[in-house]
Amino acid sequence: MRRTVFPHKLLPWLLLAPQLAITLIFFYWPAGQAFRQSMLREDAFGLKSTFVGLANFRKVLGDPNYLNAVQVTAVFSALVALFAMAIALFLAVQAEKVIRGKGFYRTLMIWPYAVAPAIAGMLWLFMFNPSFGTLAWPLRQMGIHWNPLLDGDHAMILVVAAATWKQISYNFLFFVAGLQAIPRSLLEAAAIDGASRRHAFWTIVFPLLTPTTFFLLVVNTVYALFDTFGIIHAVTGGGPGKATETLVYKVYNDGFVNLIMGDSAAQSVILMIIVIALTAFQFRFIERRVHYG
Amino acid sequence: MARILLNDVRKSYAGNQVIHGIGIEIADGEFVVIVGPSGCGKSTLLRMVAGLEAISAGTIEIGGKVVNDLEPRQRDIAMVFQNYALYPHMSVRENMAYGLKIARMSKAEIAARVAKAATMLELEPYLDRKPRALSGGQRQRVAMGRALVREPAALLLDEPLSNLDAKLRVQMRLQIKEMHLRTGQTTLYVTHDQVEAMTLADRLIVMNKGVAEQIATPLEVYERPASEFVAGFIGSPAMNIFTVRAGDGGVTLPGDAVLPLPGVPRDGELRLGLRPEHLRLAQEGEAAIPVLLRSVERLGADAFGYGMIEGSEVPMVLRLPGTSRAERGDRIAVVPDPAHLHFFDPETGRRVEG
Ligand SMILES: Nc1ncnc2c1ncn2[C@@H]1O[C@H](COP(=O)(O)OP(=O)(O)O)[C@@H](O)[C@H]1O
Ligand SMILES: [Mg+2]
Repeated sequence: MRRTVFPHKLLPWLLLAPQLAITLIFFYWPAGQAFRQSMLREDAFGLKSTFVGLANFRKVLGDPNYLNAVQVTAVFSALVALFAMAIALFLAVQAEKVIRGKGFYRTLMIWPYAVAPAIAGMLWLFMFNPSFGTLAWPLRQMGIHWNPLLDGDHAMILVVAAATWKQISYNFLFFVAGLQAIPRSLLEAAAIDGASRRHAFWTIVFPLLTPTTFFLLVVNTVYALFDTFGIIHAVTGGGPGKATETLVYKVYNDGFVNLIMGDSAAQSVILMIIVIALTAFQFRFIERRVHYG
Repeated sequence: MARILLNDVRKSYAGNQVIHGIGIEIADGEFVVIVGPSGCGKSTLLRMVAGLEAISAGTIEIGGKVVNDLEPRQRDIAMVFQNYALYPHMSVRENMAYGLKIARMSKAEIAARVAKAATMLELEPYLDRKPRALSGGQRQRVAMGRALVREPAALLLDEPLSNLDAKLRVQMRLQIKEMHLRTGQTTLYVTHDQVEAMTLADRLIVMNKGVAEQIATPLEVYERPASEFVAGFIGSPAMNIFTVRAGDGGVTLPGDAVLPLPGVPRDGELRLGLRPEHLRLAQEGEAAIPVLLRSVERLGADAFGYGMIEGSEVPMVLRLPGTSRAERGDRIAVVPDPAHLHFFDPETGRRVEG
């Protein structure tokens, strides 16, 4: 390994300065503020703050609304990760079989990824709007009293669908790459050994995709937890009631809408800990990533 | 155990024909080697027998059943791939048992068959290892084992030894031969290596550009090559082949020397083939082929002289005794053994008999 030696000490710092400044201003400073505020409580008029230690955390963790948000988040994340991965894997396997127009098919599959979350949310909101949605009408024809504005489960289905739809592209790309990395001769050997396509998929392809699947599981969970704010904001705004209020959405609601800064900051800190844990988990996994061959 | 019948088998990729009608009847228990240069269609032919490639025209029969429209798993064959294609996430034991489990064989029977193959291939210590923890030779043996445990009607091998180093290749070649003697399995073996082909085969299919140039026993192929291509491909060092003008009970060599030869099949232009090992040093005053040596390689027992027919640019390889003192720049006169003359048609390349 070669080391570059700079003539004096200032230059490396100068070169790093823009990145460091960005990190300081947009991460460390707000994170520090969140920590500070999570230990403070403001009076009713927001004029005076008093130090309260861990009281905000105790209050948040004892709040039934917060526990509801934990549950909503768990259901939402699990469903989004499961569907986004299962559908993407199915489509990637189908894409492998396409002979003509493979590139076209793949390009089409990538598009949803380029759509901003809020716009994706609006798209689904319009399609399934109970009064004028193009796709709500056939649902009602089938005898389903479709109304995501009133029914919490319907609202959940809608945000899960929108969030899943947006993430499928990303998963699809990784699964296509993962499938291409599996040597054709393995499937030929399985065919000669007597395996049907389905059996070969579950005994050869799926196990060999494990590294990809595991990586995507972490990425999808992080996505569902943190990157779906725009979708939820556009589609349901956390409602009806609090049926689709995820942890991230609750931070926003409590802090920016209801202006309960102490609670909101404590929730942010909890979320930060979750992100750090997930990231550490993923790094450890990637280091020990299973290599076949 | 089964007979394999290929009847005018052809293969085209998008209108581009790569196999031009090959027919052979492979007897039960026979060991047939498909040999030819890279890209001549050996793998394609083998894969059509395996069912991994569709057959464009003609029929393939295995065990008296036309298999053209059958899936690989319905053909009762096993195959060893050039890159072994071991399942990387399974242990050696699981690799070998994979096909048996699919065939819903009993646990006891599977264990017995795997144990038997492991003993035969000396794989017992490695049964619980993953393929990545094995050497190339061990992986190769696992691939053999996975094919053998199934006791298929026919065993297909596509260049199974080409990823091994030279020493291991010789060792495995002997092991494959021995295994064939023991199991008596009908075997179709692809290689580009003429030594493997000559030593393993009961019969050879010598292929060139999608055509079976000759189908015969190794000895026949060596002694009576059916075409100029076969003559040049089989034998080491390669046969010397050059154009001569025949007439008056002899031939005019390149460089205009005249050599009387018995059994010249016809007058006119012909290609004459002479193996280095079938040329002897001429006696004083004898009519001979004059060769100007450019270099000599000494291998101990033998020495090979590389030169040109005097007065021409036609290359000649000579086999000389190891004790020969010949060196670069020498003139050597050699005489062909009249029992080993090969004549080919200059247009078609086919053998011309006298
Ligand atoms: N899938 C394919 N599509 C088009 N051409 C192919 C395909 N597979 C093989 N070929 C062509 O068929 C010929 C024979 O190939 P192959 O059987 O692999 O040769 P070998 O095994 O003798 O080296 C080659 O010219 C190759 O380019
Ligand atoms: Mg090949």
